[in-house]
Amino acid sequence: MERFIQVIVDGIATGSIYAALALALVLIFRSTGIVNFAQGEMAMFSTFIAWGLYAGGVPLGLAVLTTLVLSFVAGMAIERGLIRHFEGGEVLTLVIVTLGLFILLNSLAGWIWGFGNRSFPSLFGDSTFDVGGVQLTWESIGIVGVLLAVVGLLFLLFQRTKIGLAMRAAALNPESSGLVGVRVGRMLMLGWGLAAALGALAGVLVAPRLFLDVNLMGSVLIYAFAAAALGGFDSAIGAVVGGWVIGVTENLAGTYVDFIGADLKILVPLAIIFVVLLVRPTGLFGTREVARV
Amino acid sequence: MTPLLEVEGLHAAYGQVEVLEGIDFEVEKGRKVAILGPNGAGKTTTLRALSGMVRTRGRADFDGDSVIGKHTADIARRGVAHVPEGRGTFPSLTVDENLRLGAYVRHDGSDVKEDLQRCYGWFPRLEERAGQPAASLSGGEQQMLAMGRALMLRPRLLMLDEPSLGLAPIVTRELFKVLGEICDEQGMTVLLVEQNAGLALDFADHAYVLESGRIGLSGPAEEIKGDDSVRRSYLGY
Amino acid sequence: MSDRTLRIAGLVVLIGFAVLVPFVFGPYRVGQFTLVAAYAVAALGLNLLVGYNGQISLGHGAFFALGAYTAALLIEKANLPYLLTVPLAGVLAFAVGYVFGVPALRLRGLYLALVTLALAVATPQLIKRFDGLTEGTQGMTVEQPESPGWLPLADDQFLYLLTLVVAAIMFALAWSLMRSQVGRAVQAVRDEEIPASTLGVDLASTKTRVFALSAGYAGVAGALYVFAIGFVAPEAFTVTISLAFLAAIVVGGLATIVGAVFGALFIEFVPVYASDVNDALTGVIYGGVLILAMFLLPGGVAGLLRRIRELVARRPAEEEVRRPAVATEGRGVPAGKT
Repeated sequence: MERFIQVIVDGIATGSIYAALALALVLIFRSTGIVNFAQGEMAMFSTFIAWGLYAGGVPLGLAVLTTLVLSFVAGMAIERGLIRHFEGGEVLTLVIVTLGLFILLNSLAGWIWGFGNRSFPSLFGDSTFDVGGVQLTWESIGIVGVLLAVVGLLFLLFQRTKIGLAMRAAALNPESSGLVGVRVGRMLMLGWGLAAALGALAGVLVAPRLFLDVNLMGSVLIYAFAAAALGGFDSAIGAVVGGWVIGVTENLAGTYVDFIGADLKILVPLAIIFVVLLVRPTGLFGTREVARV
Repeated sequence: MTPLLEVEGLHAAYGQVEVLEGIDFEVEKGRKVAILGPNGAGKTTTLRALSGMVRTRGRADFDGDSVIGKHTADIARRGVAHVPEGRGTFPSLTVDENLRLGAYVRHDGSDVKEDLQRCYGWFPRLEERAGQPAASLSGGEQQMLAMGRALMLRPRLLMLDEPSLGLAPIVTRELFKVLGEICDEQGMTVLLVEQNAGLALDFADHAYVLESGRIGLSGPAEEIKGDDSVRRSYLGY
Repeated sequence: MSDRTLRIAGLVVLIGFAVLVPFVFGPYRVGQFTLVAAYAVAALGLNLLVGYNGQISLGHGAFFALGAYTAALLIEKANLPYLLTVPLAGVLAFAVGYVFGVPALRLRGLYLALVTLALAVATPQLIKRFDGLTEGTQGMTVEQPESPGWLPLADDQFLYLLTLVVAAIMFALAWSLMRSQVGRAVQAVRDEEIPASTLGVDLASTKTRVFALSAGYAGVAGALYVFAIGFVAPEAFTVTISLAFLAAIVVGGLATIVGAVFGALFIEFVPVYASDVNDALTGVIYGGVLILAMFLLPGGVAGLLRRIRELVARRPAEEEVRRPAVATEGRGVPAGKT
């Protein structure tokens, strides 16, 4: 029984990481209307930057914070410099552009930092503690806590601030937003910046658990896609719930179902993607169907 | 005194199709001007051109500064409130959120709150539904919301695109009555595009008639209303 | 010179070059061009789906793998003559594509992209899963076609020309299909679904059939790939190959027949040359070129050639490309955005 609870808790922690990246995907989808296939690689790149700062002597917390800020700026730059040119055009073009960015960032990171792997320290330390026979790590608690804090902040931003309202409006109806003086382009930039920061957060949270290498976020991205698909691509709550469900399911399957070894664990989110999209494409909490290509 | 809005030789096109073929008109500060005409004459296009939503050439100056080639958001920031065809409300946002968005460009927080209250005063039905999504409103209420949203900008020019569209006559009359009161009270400068010539001529001071992308007739609203032959040949009633 | 003359001239040059390849280049180079021909067939299949029919698939590597493994198994385990495995691989891939297409066509745009992406990611895992059949990670060596004694051709030359002939047949098939009534229906579905259905085009079955056909093409290409490489393993069929096919058709030119050739050349040779410069830089160049291509050549290489032809002929080119899924003019920022 203890083991079961442990698996659940750990699943929620992993799920929170998927949720963070899924939130980034949802943010981009709601504002720009596309799925950013390069979101994971952007996150990986950010994580390397954090590592670089840390290895250079910067205290971990500060390194992470700086990385979040830098990622925010980079996200804005990518929207303004690259994506903006293709907005309003064919979706396929943007798909190719983000795929190109995926490949580019992956190799660029390899070029700069090499293709080997390295370890990344946890923000929450390694210690564990005991609650009624269940072994919990501060790390797991920390990850879930961070996610909840992030969700809370995003809620405040979008529901209680003027700029959050403007961002929502810009995503809902760019033309009407222009009529009230909302500069839609700037709102999109902000959206991409936020998404990049969220991705970076996911990266630094997952890196201690896996090895930090250029393929760090490859599978995490698939899990995040599954989470967003399950939750509904235009729902933030969906991303969180989806992430937790995927995390827990993956962990349960990996622990209790024998023929799914480490290699085939990836089939779990893939199967979920298939089933969800074929049975209920809008996901659990989503409202609109993705537009056609 | 120079008019608040001066338009000369305005051309507008959708792709290769030219809809406005060089129109001239002006709106003086504090006056209400109506642009009338049949469907497809280019009335909506005129407003869209002034809001930077359509490819234009020619001259269109708002308070001395050109609006040709400018972005919609920048034009709005200059104090031009445009209530478009289809109202431009955000269906999934609440009534309150829609109104507050109208004041997005303003920085005077406390005055915005005051204006919001005043808006609810003009349109009590909106206050009743303040927390509801805009999509749940009736046609007439949505039009009120659209106008409220525009007024929240504290605009120097209010542009209305066919407010009567899709509304029952009773609702429309009520709407225009309230609108007239607000505009007179505020000394608002209004550019109204309407297919319902009767209502528009009652509301406006001056009117232009647009036909196939050109101005056919212009004059004080009173005169046009009073002239039977003009009414019959240009406005069909 | 009319546009038509230029196009025919261009085609003649292309075919001429293609036929001369095995006699001009050494075996290694010829082997590369053989792969190009195989990839071109796969790319063409994908282009039918994406360019002409407007659906998106990020998972064609799966059908490519299916074709490859089918051919491999039929040759190694069932001892079938290799030539027979080509149509069989194609038919099986077509059938699987059809089955997959039935639920998939309910999905639009990005959802279909995701589902097909999931398929692509799952493929190597699935191959490993059924290792009883596929030999799993260690892969399978496959006997390659040899030049028959009565032809004065070396093995690599024979293999290349064989692949070329199959590819030519596939291209001719696609070309005539897209010019026919069927082809018009296919494109009508892409352009505006509602008008197409009022014209009596059965949307559902058209989309499924195109999906299946494009899968069949990928299957045939997979078989050709096996002949060329002589070895199959799961690692050859990761997401990378699926994305490469997509890149190929976009760079080559969507909704064009000849674009598949340019795209195949791109995906075969760019990584080779890029890795000559710097191993890590391969991806940077590849990704960079993809992005640049979208900026500069939204119509792909085929689109560029068309523009050149227009310049030379001093007249707009024939309507070969009808409203492809990638804008042929750069789309600027819509009014209202800053």
